[in-house]
Formats: sequence, structure tokens, C-alpha cells
Amino acid sequence: MPKLTIDGREIEVPPGTNLIEAARQLGIEIPHYCYHPGLPIAGACRLCMVDIERTPRPTIACNTVAADGMAVETRTPRVLELRRSVMEWHLINHPLDCPVCDQAGECWLQIYYMQHGLYEPRMIDDKVHKPKAVPIGRHVMLDAERCILCSRCVRFCDTITRTGELGIFNRGDHSELGVFPGTTLDNPYSGNVVDICPVGALTDRDFRFQARVWYLDRAKSICPGCARGCNIEVHTNQKRTHHAQGRRVVRLKPRFNAAVNRWWMCDEGRYGFGDLDAPTRLERPELGLDGARGAATWDAAAARLAERLRAAGPEGTAVLLSPALPNEDLWLARRLFADALGVRRLDHRVPPREPGSADDLLRVADKAPNRRGAELLGLEVAGAADGWPILEAARAGAVRLLWVVGHDVLDSGWPADLVAEALGRVDCLVYQGTNANGTSARAHCVLPSAAYVEREGTFTNVDGRVQRFWRAVLPRGEARADWEIFAAVARALGHDWRPRRAEQLFRELAEGVPAFAGLSYAGLGDQGAPVAGAVAEAAR
Amino acid sequence: MEPILSRHFDRPEARTLEGYRAAGGYEAFRKALALGPAGIAAEVKKANLRGLGGAGFPTGTKWGFIPQKRTGPVYLVVNADEGEPGTFKDRYILERDPHALIEGMLIAAYAIDCQTSFVYIRGEYVRPWRVFSEAAAEAEAAGLLGPDILGSGFGHRIIVHRGAGAYICGEETGLISSLEGYKGWPKVKPPFPAIRGAFGQPTVVNNVETLATLPHIVARGGEWFAGLGTKTQGGTRLYSVSGHVVRPGVYEAPVSITLRELIERAGGVPPGRRLKAVVPGGASAPLLRADEIDVSMDVDGLRAAGTMAGSAGVIVMDDTTCIPEALHVVARFYAHESCGQCTPCRECTGWIYRITGRILAGKGVPADPDTILDVARRGAGSTICAFYDGAIGPYISYVEKFRAEFDHHIRHGACDVRPNGGPARAAGH
Repeated sequence: MPKLTIDGREIEVPPGTNLIEAARQLGIEIPHYCYHPGLPIAGACRLCMVDIERTPRPTIACNTVAADGMAVETRTPRVLELRRSVMEWHLINHPLDCPVCDQAGECWLQIYYMQHGLYEPRMIDDKVHKPKAVPIGRHVMLDAERCILCSRCVRFCDTITRTGELGIFNRGDHSELGVFPGTTLDNPYSGNVVDICPVGALTDRDFRFQARVWYLDRAKSICPGCARGCNIEVHTNQKRTHHAQGRRVVRLKPRFNAAVNRWWMCDEGRYGFGDLDAPTRLERPELGLDGARGAATWDAAAARLAERLRAAGPEGTAVLLSPALPNEDLWLARRLFADALGVRRLDHRVPPREPGSADDLLRVADKAPNRRGAELLGLEVAGAADGWPILEAARAGAVRLLWVVGHDVLDSGWPADLVAEALGRVDCLVYQGTNANGTSARAHCVLPSAAYVEREGTFTNVDGRVQRFWRAVLPRGEARADWEIFAAVARALGHDWRPRRAEQLFRELAEGVPAFAGLSYAGLGDQGAPVAGAVAEAAR
Repeated sequence: MEPILSRHFDRPEARTLEGYRAAGGYEAFRKALALGPAGIAAEVKKANLRGLGGAGFPTGTKWGFIPQKRTGPVYLVVNADEGEPGTFKDRYILERDPHALIEGMLIAAYAIDCQTSFVYIRGEYVRPWRVFSEAAAEAEAAGLLGPDILGSGFGHRIIVHRGAGAYICGEETGLISSLEGYKGWPKVKPPFPAIRGAFGQPTVVNNVETLATLPHIVARGGEWFAGLGTKTQGGTRLYSVSGHVVRPGVYEAPVSITLRELIERAGGVPPGRRLKAVVPGGASAPLLRADEIDVSMDVDGLRAAGTMAGSAGVIVMDDTTCIPEALHVVARFYAHESCGQCTPCRECTGWIYRITGRILAGKGVPADPDTILDVARRGAGSTICAFYDGAIGPYISYVEKFRAEFDHHIRHGACDVRPNGGPARAAGH
């Protein structure tokens, strides 16, 4: 491994490491625009210049591979002077419209001007004008005047999605980013170009003008959009609640995880957070067992359900759990329904109406974020392809209490008429979930769940990686985490279950389920860890 | 002086294969086959041949960068994009002595073990393209191109590619990008073309004139060629002389000729005028004042004089020339032709063009000349390719050497050289 010094400090890096990454390992930031670790080298912005011993003039760090014995200086007077100049050149044609630019606050022109620019402006000539506010795709707005032509977005579309919609047209200072004639930026990963755009040239049509970024709070999370489990950040607007039409969650951003999604996420996941603050959110428990359905307290709902569960008995009870429930919640559901109550009609598999989208980049056809967790917990009707035997039993009148978590069984791959028939034959239909749907509309009892951003927990992704997510906002209305709901019902049934935190449930899970043995909640960190056997399987 | 490169320029019959052969054509290639690749390379090194496209890099050394261990093909790319303002000598070779280029290409290709070459011809060069393509077809029909040439076992084919009107496609890696079907953006180096060039293969890019000298070097020996020039550069070369001279045109001369002698060969400035300034090596070469022309025109002689031999495009300016206007014209060229890929060049060529335009429009401010100098100096050596370093040559030299003219424009809002004509002519650009 090459050993070199950067600003007098020695470091050893893997062969092939460039100087920006080598310096990063020492905590030294070499400013750059066009370089992105996930994309091919462009060498275009010329900001990452450093001095290398025995090299006559400053050299770009992005295209220089660390070599043994190399002595690199990142802060020589001429490097600092060149950075100042490169900042000036980046900005001479820039419109300087920060007050009305959505990127302000997270713009690398602003950040680097303050760190490396701070020159006296001397450009007194007219700036070059280019198209502004051009919708180049469903999700992305282009302001070509703000663009610094770093070509990150072009390289993303050329090498990551391989869709090639973007190009830089014309020459010289009339060079202009745009879509090729007759195309739009409509690939399934288009939102990533907004993330990697270092300036305000590409902004998110969904997010722009909703909130100033310095008012946002951030929480680490996991995208619940499919079984991939892309690592994300949830950005919430809680300081200016009158902004963003009252939406608390204003955007999702990918969070780097080398083992899962690297720097990226798909548009489906990115823009799939609409339900979180939708009017369809279920906000308080409702009971309708004795006539019209109306609001109830959690205590009353738990007590009535305990009563009904006892009456139905293990044979008369069936549960359709959701593979979108976190591991901790599925664990407690198993303890409650299978272990304590002895229910055998328990499953998590409801086929989708249409097959989910999938590709070889990130998207997985299975849209459930914790399918693997549900499988590892063994929550399935033995010998069945999916949960249909439960509905079949209900149709036959064998099920008195049907507890559905998250699914809209009326809008699934199962024939809606047969499902409706089955639902009509149960005495007590319980719906537990975050949002109203066709199934909840027919339920006798509705239990509002906290959404994933309103609680913490873990999902096990398609590769068997257990990953934590954190709470970003408080639960809406009286909604509770699903495990809290199960615990409340268990207490109403006479069990003294008082789990306080997801971590406590995870510890029980790790002790109780072999696949999770050896994992600890804290030990998962923010990058996750594989369940037992996942590594061997991935290698195969 | 015996014409070498230009020997066929006034002999239309030499443009056909028959005529070229009658004058001894393709005999040098036959000799090259006997010499073998190493023998050719040795002669070229002995000849002190420096690349005649602009950079003046030793040709033999360039060939030597091709890796010995390789799996794929090696490509020869002929740079016939001749775009340097004031340069028109490759056009003469393509139009008037196309077989000299083909023979030179065969010699080079044989020396570097290359079976396919590309000739990238400037898009505006329609006639040169047509003449050269016809010559290549003729050579192929005669078995001088194709498999197993002259029973040697060596095969070669030529692919002719026309440019589409971008100066930057004369920069060797911009040319390669364009040849590959991409936008003509120069590539970040390393890797250099000799390692990873056209289509990812080891590639030699040589200028038309450079290759056209090879038959002579092979036929008469490297030492003979070296003896024509200076200690560090052999041969004669073709000088394109334009501007305020009585007989503009292409002149062949030993590289040791002085600029003064060359201008005299072109008839000097028109009667009644005085020489003011000369660009000795194409627009990118720094300007020389009238008192600086006793300088040898070889690569190292001009470098010592603070300018460069470049493409040997000599642009002569007499005392009717307004230097700020001349700089504005040059600045317009660089602003228009900058590919826009990397920041310093993209932004500063446009900025300086706007400053010179403002000065000519009578709206200059006192800081303008220093701003031009400062912006130009700061950007030196900071870009992906040599384009901007080429632009800096005129930016700095025009302002430094004729500062008073700029200051006059700024102070008075008008030209002192052509009080009535200056700004109006500039506005026409």
C-alpha cells in the first residue's frame, strides 16, 4: 500500500486511491466540484489543485493517484491563490441570486466562497444569460445560469442509470446543460442529479420553495419503499410549520452505505413519502363493534379487543401481519399471537395487485421493507404460497376475528370479490395501520400506527442486512408504534408486558431467533449488520 | 535553397500516383521496409525532427512512448485539423502533394506497428479532403494500402474523418474524442494517448507536415535532415506568412531562418508602411515587436525570445494596426473556440473578450489592462489542455508590449492609430 504525506502527515492508503480521498482520510478537505467518488473523473472544475513535491505547478488532486513517497501540500500560498481564482471564475457568470435560490444554505458556491474565495469582485461586464426554470423532467428543474458545468449529472446519467438524457451543449462560456432533443430526464433515479448538483442548477420540483434548508431537521432512516432498504435521511420542517403546506416531512435524501445503496436512491422511494402527512392518516383508535364506528380511547380499544380475542379463541383468530412492520414489532406480534394466544393462522404474505418495479441498480420487486425479517421470524401458514388460506378460512366461516396489519386486502393480487366475501363473514375485523384504505373502511376496530418516521426500529433488507432507523417526528394524533399497540393488547389480556424501547425488543429478538443471534441494537450503528448466514448467501 | 516539402507544390502532375512515382515517390517507403521499424526510428531521432503541428515535441521520442507490451492495436492519427489562425501549410500538402503524406504515414505506421490510421481533416477543408481521399483510393488500388503492401507482409488502411468546425479538435485528445464520436472535449491526462488514446488503444498523433517530412528523412538520412536546421531541430519547414506583407503565402525555409529574412522573402510590409508587430507561430504565439524580429525561427530560438514556433503561422502587422482591436479579434476567437469543459478557460476567454470589446467601445476603465494581465497569468497551466495557455500568449504580450495603446483607448475612448476606423471596424466583428 502506498505511503505518502499530506500537509506533512503520513498516511497509507489502498492502491488506486486518489489524493482527495487520501486527504479525506486525514480529515483534510480538498475543495472540489466535479469530483464525485461514485462517478468517473472529469477534471473539469480545476478547484482541487494541490502542490506535489517535484511537480512544477499545482495539479488536480482528483486525477492524481496516491503514490509511495509522494509529498502533497494542500495549502501552499499558490494553491490558496489558485483556489481563490477558480472561485472567482466559477462565479463571474453566476447570477448570484441566492435570495431566491432554493439551494441557498446547502450550496457549494456559497460554502466555498466563504472558505476559499473572499476576493473583491471585479467583473463589471454583462453576464452570459441562459435558460432559467426549465422543467427537464418530472422531478427536476434546471437553471442553466446557475450551472457550473461540473458534469456530475451528465456522468450520473451516462454511467449509473446509463440512460444518457443529459448533455452539455454549445461551447465556451455559452456551454449549457440540457436534455437531448426529444428526451426528458425521466429515468427512475432522476432525483439523484439534484443531490449531486453542487449548486442551484438542478433543484427538486417537489421540494423547491417549500422550506429553507436551514430550518430543516434531519434524522437517519431506512427507505421503506422496497426490500432494498436504501439508507436515507428524513428532512423535516418543524420550525416553520406554516411552510410546506403543513407537511412535516419535506424530503428524503439518500445516505451513503457502501453495502446497500452507495450514494443513490430511486425516485419511487424518494417521492414515496406522501402518505406520511396525508389526510388519510389514521389518528385515533376507533371502535364500531356495537353499531356505528366512533373514536375510542386506547384503553377501551385494547380492553374490547382482549375480550374479542378471548371469545374468538386461537382457532377463531387469524392475523395478517405486514412485512412493512419492523423486526421488533413482528417479534412482539409473534409473542402475542403465536406464543401467548396460540393462533396458527398467521401470515405476512399478501400478493400485490401488480408486480413491483425492479432493476439491476437498486429497486427490488418486493415493495416490503422487512420481508426478510418476517421470513426469518417464521410468520407463515405452513405449506401455503401466501396468506390466502386465512381468507379462505374466513370465507368458510371459520374465522371470527381477523386482524389485518397494513395491508389493503381489497386492493391486492387476490380476487376482490372473494376477499369482500371473506371480510363479510368475520365478526370482528381489526385494521391496524398508518393510513385509511378499503380494508380499514370495513373494519370494526381501527388502530392507528405510527409511521416509520415517527418511531425507531430495524428492518432486515433483501440481502439480510439489519438496519436501524431513527425517529424524525412525533407520531401523528394518537398513533402509536405497532409494538406499543401489541403490548397494550397483551396487557389487557393479563400479561405484564412493559417493553419501553425498541432496543429492548431487539435484544429479546436476538436471543430468541437464531438468525439474529449475536446482533445488538447499538452495534448495528448507522450502517447495519448482516444476519447470520447472509454473508455466505451473498457470496453464493 | 532546394525545396523539399514544397518540391511538388507547383507540379500538378505530382498529385497523381503516376506523377508522384515518376519523381521517385514511394521509394522511401520501400527503403523503410528494408530499414525496419527500429532503423526508421533511429533515422527520425538522428534527424532532430520536432513535431510541426505546434508543440514542437521530438517525433522520435513521441513514438517511443508506445508501450512495447500490449495486446490490442496501435493507431496512428493524422492531425489535419489545421485550425491555428494564420496557418495554412497543411492544406498545401493535402492539396498539392497528398502522396507525400500517404508515404509518410506508411513509414510512420510501419515504424510503430500500426495497421489502421485515421486522418482527421478540418471540416472546412473540402478540397483538401477530396484530393487526399482520391489519392488514398489511388494508392489502395495500386496495392500501396491494404494487406501485404509490396509483398512485405505489412498491411495498412487509412480511414479519413472530417471534422465539423471546432478549433479544439486540433488539440490531440480533443481530436481523439471527436474521432470517437464524442463531443470534442480534450481528455484529462494521464493517461496520455500513447498509453490510452483513440478507442482506448495506444495512439500516436502526428501532424500532416511532420509525416510528410518522413519520406525525405528516410530517403536521404537523418543526418542530412538534421544538418538543414539548428542543433536541436532539423530540417526545413513550411511557414505560412500572412497579414501586411506584399506576397503572402507558404514559404519553405530552414528552421534557422530569421523572422526578418522570412518577412523579406514575403516582400516585406507594403510600401510606405512600417512594421509594427509580428506573431511568429500562429495566433497563440506571443507577439514580437518590430525590434524583436532578428530571431531564429526554430523551436528553441523562438522560445528563447519569449514566444513560440507553434505552427509557423507568421502574421505580420504594420503601423496601421490597432493592437487593442487585434487583441479583440484574437480574444473573440478564443472565446468562441474554448470548448467550455474546464472552468478557467471557459470563463476567462469570455471575460477577456468582453473587456476588450468594452475598451474598443470606448467604455474601458483604467483597471482593464491589469485585469487582463492578472486573469491571464493566474490561469496559466491550470487547465486540462494547452488551449488556454495558447490564449494567454496574446492576452499578455499584446497588452504588455503595447500598453500605451490600451491606455489611450481607455482614456480617450478612441483609437490613436486609426482615429476614424478603429472602433467601427471592431464593431463589425
